[in-house]
Amino acid sequence: MSRERNISVIQGLRYQGGGVQLAWLLHRISGLGIVLFVSLHILASFFGGDFGKFTNGIYEAWWFQLFVIFCALFHAINGLRITVLDLWPKLLEYQREAIWMEWAVFLPIYGIAIFVIIQTALGG
Amino acid sequence: MSTTKSRNLSLTRRGLNFEMLMWFFTRLTALAMYLLVIVGVVGALIMGARTQMNIADLLRWAFMPNALHVQNSNIADIAPWATPFWKATASLFLLIAASHGLHGLLSVLDDYFVRPWQRQAFRFIVIVLLLAFSVIGVYVIWTS
Repeated sequence: MSRERNISVIQGLRYQGGGVQLAWLLHRISGLGIVLFVSLHILASFFGGDFGKFTNGIYEAWWFQLFVIFCALFHAINGLRITVLDLWPKLLEYQREAIWMEWAVFLPIYGIAIFVIIQTALGG
Repeated sequence: MSTTKSRNLSLTRRGLNFEMLMWFFTRLTALAMYLLVIVGVVGALIMGARTQMNIADLLRWAFMPNALHVQNSNIADIAPWATPFWKATASLFLLIAASHGLHGLLSVLDDYFVRPWQRQAFRFIVIVLLLAFSVIGVYVIWTS
């Protein structure tokens, strides 16, 4: 069952998959980010104490909040696109439009989140 | 172009195996999580968030009604969430999210580790993590 990887990582990065590939890559990164974040979160709630305080300090940092919101929001919106297009395959014809729509939803919401997080971080 | 109608193929030749079921499971759990988020937000609005909080406080109040969660943030009274119904929905969300997320982690790992022993090892690790986080998470939800 072992399959050999016959392209290198560099070749993989050079693949010009455009917006779809970017969505795939960001979906992967944001998914891993959420797994890491939620796992630590469960452990922090369970153990509390110094470990809980240490991880809570990271969660409350503004740069980490920017990352978490990006992961959760992008993964949710892109995941909805994947789910809808996969369960209704006829819509795959509109893949390009679906990705445009996805960014049109994501960017304003994330923009507001950035604004609020940075405003709060600056003590506003 | 002639194609064989899928209904004439046996289930295994149609591709109905464990991986196919998990592919489907990933999409269904995505929809289920959307549903649970909507239920939680609507529940929070009904239980008073409508006039008392902004969206960030609402999400923190609704989905993390646990005093240990983010210790330094102000949290409203979490008693409304301490009912069996909300503990059950929180447990359901946790189990769905943990299996969705850890299966996703495994799919990513499968893309970069192709040797059978590596894949076996990661399957073992992921199953252990899934069991551990499910038990710990449900324990935290029902005891605090």
